[in-house]
Formats: sequence, C-alpha cells, structure tokens
Amino acid sequence: MGKIVEFMTRTRGGGKMDWTDWLTYCYLVLGILLMFGPVIWLVLSSFKTEADLQRFPPRFLPYAQETVMVDGYEDPLPLFQITAGEYEGRTLAQLRRVGLVAQMIDPADPETRLRVDISNREPLEHLSLAVENYTGLFERFNFLRFLWNSTFITVMATVIMLLVNSMAAFALSKYKFRGRMTVLAIVIGTLMIPQTVVLVPLFLITQQLGMLNSLWGVIIPGAATPTGVFLLRQYMITIPDEILDAARMDKASEWKIFWRIILPLSAPAIAVLAILAIMWRWNDFLWPLIVLSQTENFTLQLALNSFQGELNTEWSSLLAMTVLTLLPIALVFMFLQKYIATGIASTGGK
Amino acid sequence: MKKSIMTTTALAALFMAGGMAAQAQEVRFMCYSDGNECEVYDDVLTRFEAENPGIDVIVDVVPYQAILENLPVQLAAGSGPDIAKVTDLGGLHEYYLDLAPYVDRDYWEASFGGTLDWYRGGAGDDGLYGLHSQLTITGAYINRTLFDQAGVDVPGADATWEDWAAASRAVAEATGTQFPMAMDRSGHRIAGPAISYGAQLFDEDGNPILVDEGFTNYVRQFVEWNQDGTMARDVWAGQGGSTYQDAAQEFVNGELVYYYSGSWQVSRFDRDIGDFFDWQVVGSPCGDGGCTGMPGGAGIVGFSQTQHPEAVAAVIDYLAQEDVYAEVTARTRNIPAHAAVAAAGVEYEDTSPQAAAALNAWAAQVPNISPIAYAYQGYAGNRAMFGITVQRVTQAIVGELTVDEAMDRAVSDLADAMAETQ
Amino acid sequence: MLSILSPIMRIIEIPLQALQRRFGIQRLAWAFLLPNLVLFGLFAFLPIILNVIYALTGGDNVLLGDRPFVGMQNFQTLGACSNYLDPNTCTKDLFWRAVWNTVWFVTLQVGFMVGFALLTALVLNRDIRARGFFRGVFFFPVLLSPVVVALIWKWILQRNGVLNAGLEAMGYDSFAWLVDRGWAFTWSVFLSVWAHMGFYTLILLAGLQAIPRDVYEAALMDRASPWRSFTKITLPLLSPTLLVVLVLALIKSVQVFEEVFAFTGGGPGSATTFMIQFIYQTGFAGAPRLFGLAAAASILLALVLVLLTALQLWANRRNVDG
Repeated sequence: MGKIVEFMTRTRGGGKMDWTDWLTYCYLVLGILLMFGPVIWLVLSSFKTEADLQRFPPRFLPYAQETVMVDGYEDPLPLFQITAGEYEGRTLAQLRRVGLVAQMIDPADPETRLRVDISNREPLEHLSLAVENYTGLFERFNFLRFLWNSTFITVMATVIMLLVNSMAAFALSKYKFRGRMTVLAIVIGTLMIPQTVVLVPLFLITQQLGMLNSLWGVIIPGAATPTGVFLLRQYMITIPDEILDAARMDKASEWKIFWRIILPLSAPAIAVLAILAIMWRWNDFLWPLIVLSQTENFTLQLALNSFQGELNTEWSSLLAMTVLTLLPIALVFMFLQKYIATGIASTGGK
Repeated sequence: MKKSIMTTTALAALFMAGGMAAQAQEVRFMCYSDGNECEVYDDVLTRFEAENPGIDVIVDVVPYQAILENLPVQLAAGSGPDIAKVTDLGGLHEYYLDLAPYVDRDYWEASFGGTLDWYRGGAGDDGLYGLHSQLTITGAYINRTLFDQAGVDVPGADATWEDWAAASRAVAEATGTQFPMAMDRSGHRIAGPAISYGAQLFDEDGNPILVDEGFTNYVRQFVEWNQDGTMARDVWAGQGGSTYQDAAQEFVNGELVYYYSGSWQVSRFDRDIGDFFDWQVVGSPCGDGGCTGMPGGAGIVGFSQTQHPEAVAAVIDYLAQEDVYAEVTARTRNIPAHAAVAAAGVEYEDTSPQAAAALNAWAAQVPNISPIAYAYQGYAGNRAMFGITVQRVTQAIVGELTVDEAMDRAVSDLADAMAETQ
Repeated sequence: MLSILSPIMRIIEIPLQALQRRFGIQRLAWAFLLPNLVLFGLFAFLPIILNVIYALTGGDNVLLGDRPFVGMQNFQTLGACSNYLDPNTCTKDLFWRAVWNTVWFVTLQVGFMVGFALLTALVLNRDIRARGFFRGVFFFPVLLSPVVVALIWKWILQRNGVLNAGLEAMGYDSFAWLVDRGWAFTWSVFLSVWAHMGFYTLILLAGLQAIPRDVYEAALMDRASPWRSFTKITLPLLSPTLLVVLVLALIKSVQVFEEVFAFTGGGPGSATTFMIQFIYQTGFAGAPRLFGLAAAASILLALVLVLLTALQLWANRRNVDG
C-alpha cells in the first residue's frame, strides 16, 4: 500500500527502476494503446475496400482479391483457390456464379468450363491499399477550393478571436472600473449556453446582418466565444501589476503596454487558445451547414459530407473522409504540441 | 504601375457593364444525392444552359441533413436557393413556386398525375409545384441463395407477414444466418405494413389519427418480433430519437434473410453484392388491408421567393420533358413517376440482369399501393407522424414503455403537434 | 510577423492615446472591451435574449413577429409531472428522461474523468522518460472533432467490429454493445472521458508541477507516510486547480451532445438522450419545430448550470476561508 501511495506522490527523483516505475510504464503503454489504437485502426480501415470493410472478423491489414486477365473476356476475372472436391488444389478463375454453383475456368485452359460448389472455393487475396476511397473523394469535388475556404475561415477566425479576446481579457484583468464584475459575470454566464441551443436566433441575426452564404458569416459569430476571454483573463491576472506600473512611469501608452508587454507575456495562454480556436473552427460542421449553402463557399467538412444521402451511407468513403479532415489537425498538433503543454499548464494552474 | 492598375479597373468595369447587358440569370439548385443524382442533373443541365444562354444553373450539392433541417429555416427566414430537391413534399408547400403559368399544364397533368397532389396544399389546389424526380416504393428483398440452401419454398405473392416471418426463421435456422428479418428504422417504412394490417391513419374527415386498431396490431407484432429475434433488433433499438437507420450492410453481408426496405437499394445491392449471392425483390406481404408498400421519393421544386421565376420554371420544365426524364431515370436507376416514361419502360444503363429485373419488379408493385398510403405520403404533416412512430415504437421495443403506453404517447404527441402547427 | 504588425499597431495607438488623454487610464478599459462586447453582444448575448422571447411564445413559426405570446405555458408543459422521478408520469416524458439521463451522465462522467485525469497527471509528474511524448498521447483525442470520436468508436463497437472479433477469438460470444441500454450508456460515458480527459490532465499536471519540491522534502524529513503527504500536501495545494477542472468539466459535461448523438443517436430508445439533444431535436431537427419548448428547456438548463457553478465557487470560498 505504502509503495502505491509513494508512487502517487513521488515527483522527479533519481534512482533505478523499481516496481512502481514498471507500473508507471505499464500505465503509459496502456495509455498509448487506448488513445492511439482506435485512431490507427480507423486509418487502416480507411484503406479497405467496401467489401473488405464488411468482413467479419475484420483483418488488420487491407486486402484485395487477385484477378487475372483471360483471353476472350473483357474484364479481369477473380481468382479462387479450390479447397475440396474434384479440382482440389487448383487455382481457377470464376466466370459467374449461379445459385450454389460457380462456373470457373482454368486461366491456362480458358475453353473448358468447370462447375464448382461455392463452398469449395476460397478467394485468393493480396495486400492492397484501397486508395480509390481517397481518389474517389477528390474526384467528387474541387478539393483545393474547399481547402482554401476552410483555411481562410480557420485563420481569420483565429486571428480575430485572439486579438479581440486578448484585448477584453486585458481590460478585465488589469483595470479596476465600474461594471467590471458585470461584464465578467455576463461572459461566464454565456459560457453556460452552448451554440447548439441558440441556432435559430443566431441564424436570424446573421441573416439580418447580410452574412449568409459568406465566409464571414462563419468567421465573425465564431470569434465571439466566452471561453477565450475567460482563459486569457485567468492567465493575465497572474502577470504582476508592478510591470505595468513601471511601464507607465516610462510614459508608455496603454496600448503599447498591451502590445509590447502583456501580449508577449501571455504567449503560452495565447498559444493554447490559438490551438483550441483552430481546432474548433476546422472541425465546425453544424453552423457552417446552416450559413453556407452554396458550393463555392463550402468548407472541407461540408463538402466531405455532401454526398451523404437520405438513404445510403458508405463506410469506405466515410472513413477516408474522416482521415482526411483529421490530417491537418494532426499536423498542427505535431508542430505545436510543446506549446499546448506549457500553455494549458500555465492557464489552468492559476 | 499606378496607371496600369487604373487601366485594369476600367477594363474590368467595362466588362462588368457588358456582362450586365446580357445578364445571365443565376439559378441556384440545392441538391442532395443518394447515388449519382446530382452529377446527372449537373450534366443534363449543362445542355439546358447551352440551349438557354441567358440562364446559369448552379447545382449546389449539400448533405441531406441540410435539406431536411436547414432548408425549412432558411425558407422561413426568406433566404434559401431557387430550386431544391426535397423529400418533405407537402410540408414545404407554403414556399413553393406555382409553375402553372410557365409550363404546359396538360402535359404535366398527363405525365405526373398522381404525384402532383403530394406537393399541393390540399383539396381545391390545382397548382403545379413539383417534379417528382425519384419515385420510390417500399417493400422487401430476400436473399434467394439462402432460401435455396435451406430448401425452403419462397412464399407466394399473397403471403402474409406471418408466412414470411415463419419462412425467414426457417431459413435462418437451417443456414445459421444471424437475422431472419429486418426493417429500416423509419416511420415511412413501417407505415406500409401497418396499412396492410388495417391501419387507416386518417379518420373519415381526413384528419390524422395515426393510431387505431390495425396500427396497434402491427406495432404489437413488430415489437414482439424484435424481442424474440425474428427482426434484427439492432436496427430499431440501436438508435434513438427519429434517427434513420438501415440494415443494408447486414443484407449485403448475407447475414439477413428478408429485408424490408425499398426500391432505392437496387443499385447499391447490384454494386456491393455482386456475385456473392442471388437476391430478389418480393414486394410487400399481405394482410387484411391489402399488400401495400409506401410510395415516396424526392421531387424538384422551385421557391416563390426566387428572383427569376421564369428561369426556375424553365429549368424544372426541361427536366420534366419525356426524353430528359427518361435519360435521368435510366442513369440514376430510379423508378419513373412520369406516365409516358413508365409506360414505355426504362432501359437502365450498366445494370446487371439481376438489377434490371429488380427495378422492373418494383415498377410492378405500383398497382398494389393502397389509397391510404398515397394519402399518407401526400399529407403535409407526415414527417411529424413518421418521427412520432419511430420514437415511440422504439421505446416499446427496448422496454421503456409497453406497447399500449407507447401508442397512448403517440396519440398525445400527435395532438400536441397538431395544436402547435394550427 | 511582428515587423508586419508593428505599423498597424502604431496606427491603432494614435486614437487610443487620444482617448487615454481624454478619459484617463482606468476608463480606457472600455475601449479595450468594445470590439469584444460588440461581437459578444450580437452573437452570444442577443441570441440568448431572443431565446427568452422564443420561450414565451408558441407555434412553429420561425419569425418572432408571427409567434403568439403564451407566457409561461412552455415552462408549465415541461414541468407538468405528477412524479418527477418517473418520466412516464410527465406530459413531456422525453424531457424528463433526458434530464435524468443527464444527471447520471454528469455524475459518472465528471467523476471518472477527473479521477483518471488526476491519476494520469500523477503518473506523468513522475520522473519518466519522454514525458512530452506521453503528454501528447493523452492530449491527442482532445483535438478530434466530436463526430470523428463517435465514428471511431462506433466502428470499433459495431456488431461486426474489432472488439467483437477479439471477444470471439477469445471464445466469447459477440455482443451488440450499442443495442443494450446499459452498455450504450456506459460506452457513452467512456467515449466522453476518452475524448476530453487529456485537456484536464494537462491542467492538473501543471498544478502538480507548481507545487514546490521542498514541501515534499520537508515531509520526507518528518518521515510522513507517502499517503499522508498525498492527502496533506498534494491535494490541498492542488485544490484551486482541481476546482477549475471541476467547474469546466461540469459545464462541458452537462452540455454533452454532438459526440453522443453521432455515436448512438440518443438510443437505444432514449437511453442516451441528453438535454442538448432534446433541445436540438425539439427546436431544430424534429417536425414540427417547437422553438418555444426548446428555448424554455435551454433556459432551464442554463439556470441549473449557473446554480451549480455558483455553488461550487461558494463551497470553495468557504473552504479557503475556513
């Protein structure tokens, strides 16, 4: 018991691996499996053909059936290994199947048709990435256009949000003016209402401002999140007032203090908010779907979903689409993960 | 440098002015696809644009969710596209553009007869609002290979639901198949069987009642089948709210003997099942109320808030012409709602004999459709009724409510919905 | 980057300096607040006010002008219950099912999530190799969109999914996880913990690292047992951080919607239908659209959240004072 607790309280300290260290690493390995495993499974599955996807039990790697071109037939014929019966051990190509019997031929001897019971054959398969899941998506639409729209929305919304929110957070954390608590209370209060429940009023307002079917209709409403103000304020409070006073002594204007002192000092928190904002705007679906109804304005998320019909959904396209939208986020994450850690660390800890 | 910018601006202005003179009327067509519909429309409408230089049709392909949930709000707020492919045919009636002043009424009425009513506001309304582009019929498919393997005879055309349930169970048992039967999770799908069981859905005055003895009887049977494993429980019980769920994957995998869905599955089955097994369309089983499925589908409508009503009407009328309609139907593998096209028969492109047979089998089901089913499909508030059905029946299946409680709830839900919309 | 922005910033400085001379430093705060207040007012506050108006009107018209005033009727309909513990006795049984589902969900999800986040933070706070990498591993799911999270787990848990394949390989029967009410709920909690835990882990880790090392060293000198130093040092010093985590986690948990909706659709039946889904389906996705009822439910939801947050802050203040 004591050891377990020691493991829970120990901070950095040297020493050789004892069993609590093993426990720690077991936990971490389990963590990797649980956190990354599902995503890797998704990526692997996205390279499977629709038929392979629906196979049970599923296989780890994607496969496709071997085919062969036979003289006299236009299309390649699927190859089977015969496992029992008259032709056991031979590799035959299937012409067609009627009921429980398959008509097959030997590719070396295309003239003779053989009849094989379907339970006596097994498809010959080889490893193959179903890249068509992806290329099919690209063929359906103007990928670059949608990528541009998504990027534009994400970048603009993030920049506007960072600037506006950090200004507000500065005012709320470093000034003592009447109404400060009221503003703060309203900000925290709106934190309680998610966008999903005010879709209709929000739509009407956006329409009145003439921002429907424009990228700004997604950018501007998205910039008004209370979370950003709240997080930044919590961070800026911890910046000592003495620094500001010293700057004021030097006759620096308030804007200069904000721009030259507060912003650089808040960089970790701003980095966190930036990453969160990028993630929110990039993954956004419900709101853009309402605001943007013309193809040239579509974001990647909308375009990728646009082939979802009333009645049919294909897993192969769906999985490929998911991986595609996930990629940019994964890249941002890889480049910025150091900031995420330090940033969240310093924001929430106070 | 500065000068060159000036020149460019002036030139651009000139072009703009030139463009204004022969201003193209831009028509926005909000479309969703179950298969390749929007691609085909886009292609066909390119020819229309060549014939009508003044009109520029832009097809915006959107997720079905946008048509179902967002389009009505957009229309109510006075925005939205000029044309759309919709499925809530009667529910959006108040926003439709009447095409009658712009098109040949006799041709439209002769060609689309019955389906025109689905878009109308009620009795006495003789406007032409929508082109029914995609006729669908609900009904069943069977995995014929499993029947052959099990040596069970396929029930005949007048077989009842009980006959089919018994046969499907026998087949599933003999072949070790996971599910005997399944039905799409949809209030539209379950309506056909309920009508076959004697459900009236409307009273004598045409007011919706939804629940009556026939309806309750089918629901009771359906819930029982879900609980004893005759019906694949996953389909209905695996979801909440009124979310749609199909069982096509199970059927394609050969895990399902009997699948009650509809005509739109043909091209998917043709593609995905391929050589794996033989499948067959068997239509709807019979009961006291007939052997009916539900008609349905999607239609193309114009909206009255458009700036270019004539252009909108011209586009829709173009798609309604017999040759164009026949071509689109063939390429999208749908069942025609156009009388002359249906009479002439459609030569489906690139389909296997199996799929062509299936499509023709569906077309042959049309005469079996009960008048109640037509009325239900044409009723403006049917989407609310579908939603209530799915919600409450599922609760009965998973045991949150008894069948009787579920039906009582359905009645009061319907009353609430009617009260709010009046 | 900075060099591009500098001139812009100088231009902004000019009017602000003028304002500063005119009104003084403290009141300049309003100038800093203004852009945010405008955006915020239009796109966050105004919709909420409109929502209140929706809640007081009936019918299925979108435009406020066409909606008849009904007073508190929507609230009364929601609250019409002979026994609040049994949703079957309520007029809007689905609302109360959603309420109780949400209560259970929040209790379990916040409990497990904060528990595991704390455990993970403690593990990551140990002297381990590649801490940055492991920190990233646990944070990664936070970046996935809710729909992707749902899709990943749906794909794994479906009848023909990899989990069932594993079970069959080990000789067990496969199981329809998302068709069983209890399991669907359990997996929803699991999925939600999986997706959000990383965020809170990092906050807690930061809190842990802010605890000065010498406090522990002093405890070690006193031969305090590790458990004692955990309860007497770590927990009290971590409590401000824990409070932030609890408040944020609670608010987010009550607002659970997208990932579970995409995961189970709220089913089986209504087993995983939560408050936001009820509101979304009543007011937006369903037919007919009962905007009034949905708005009333959203106001009740917000009130509960405000109350919960206030309660937590008050409890914390008392702790600190006492």
